[in-house]
Amino acid sequence: MKMHEAIDTASALPKEKGWQSIVSDVSSDQRAFKDVPWGKPMMWIFLLSDTFIFGSFLISYMTVRGSTTVPWPNPSEVFSLMMFGQNVPLLLIAIMTFILISSSGTMALAVNYGYRRDRKTTFWLLLATAALGATFVGMQAFEWTKLIMEGVRPWGNPWGAAQFGSSFFMITGFHGTHVTIGVIFLIIVATKVRRGDLDRQAHGFLTGRRGNYEIVEIMGLYWHFVDLVWVFIFAFFYLW
Amino acid sequence: MDHAQHAEHGADQPVASSHGQQHPLGIYFKIWGLLFVLSAASYAVDYFHFQGLLRWSLIIVFMLLKAGLIVAVFMHMVWERLALVYAIVVPPLLLMVLLGIGALEAGHTHITRDTFFAPAAVKPAAPHTAPHK
Repeated sequence: MKMHEAIDTASALPKEKGWQSIVSDVSSDQRAFKDVPWGKPMMWIFLLSDTFIFGSFLISYMTVRGSTTVPWPNPSEVFSLMMFGQNVPLLLIAIMTFILISSSGTMALAVNYGYRRDRKTTFWLLLATAALGATFVGMQAFEWTKLIMEGVRPWGNPWGAAQFGSSFFMITGFHGTHVTIGVIFLIIVATKVRRGDLDRQAHGFLTGRRGNYEIVEIMGLYWHFVDLVWVFIFAFFYLW
Repeated sequence: MDHAQHAEHGADQPVASSHGQQHPLGIYFKIWGLLFVLSAASYAVDYFHFQGLLRWSLIIVFMLLKAGLIVAVFMHMVWERLALVYAIVVPPLLLMVLLGIGALEAGHTHITRDTFFAPAAVKPAAPHTAPHK
């Protein structure tokens, strides 16, 4: 009920534009982000912390790669695949990239259909997103297996700088973990949508909070972030 | 708008559903397509073996465009309050400082390694690598 009052006071204030809106939002004694549902800033803060974790990984990787005098393996060749008797560079990674982008597309649509209260379409779009995510993780498992069989270890690899192995397993491993958690998260949200938990505002199993369609959007923020991280990994690890 | 929010706390479902991030579907398909094109473009950079500054500038431009599209449209950032946008966008910009420090550090370490370690490592191998001289 406290929140109710806060919104009342806030709505009495005129809405500002541009810099004035920032000043009035941040100097607000009710809450910093007016009419932003609490769950979204919470997810954003988490994602921001995750940005710093991935940022630290990528910066350390660039630092070790830039400082080693031992030759770095050529990712274009390391991640190439034999197709029709021809060595196609980075093929697996390219397919993984397209799969993840598509999962971001279906996720964005799921959020939209969620707010339209189209339970069935939202459910299937969320499930499609989860399936694409699971495919991505599956392909990553294949990639790891292939490299491990070729002798890549966190402490070395057959083609040069040992830091390649540690960077590879650390960065892709951490990203893959995020995708895996996301798939589980997606299945949970999809189940809630299908059962109609969000329509009748059922209490959450762990949190006891009333469900609503904002969790589809919050889930979406997490999922798009995982795609976002892959954009940077694709550029800095595979294309560099 | 604000009244619609109040209704959310009550039982009035249709009113509650009228707010939130709702935009025409077309924009998501457009961004989806653009992301495909940009990914294909950055893949082409590798496929056609572009090297040097051209490779780097293309990779980074495509990367930033993709990241920008995802954050702006898929994560609804263009439609959020400016205060939220700045709160989220400014801290990652600070990471750029860390990136710069990392690159400087790496360059320095590389030079010292080249100067003090590499010659010693190369010397024993020298007679074998150039016997014909």
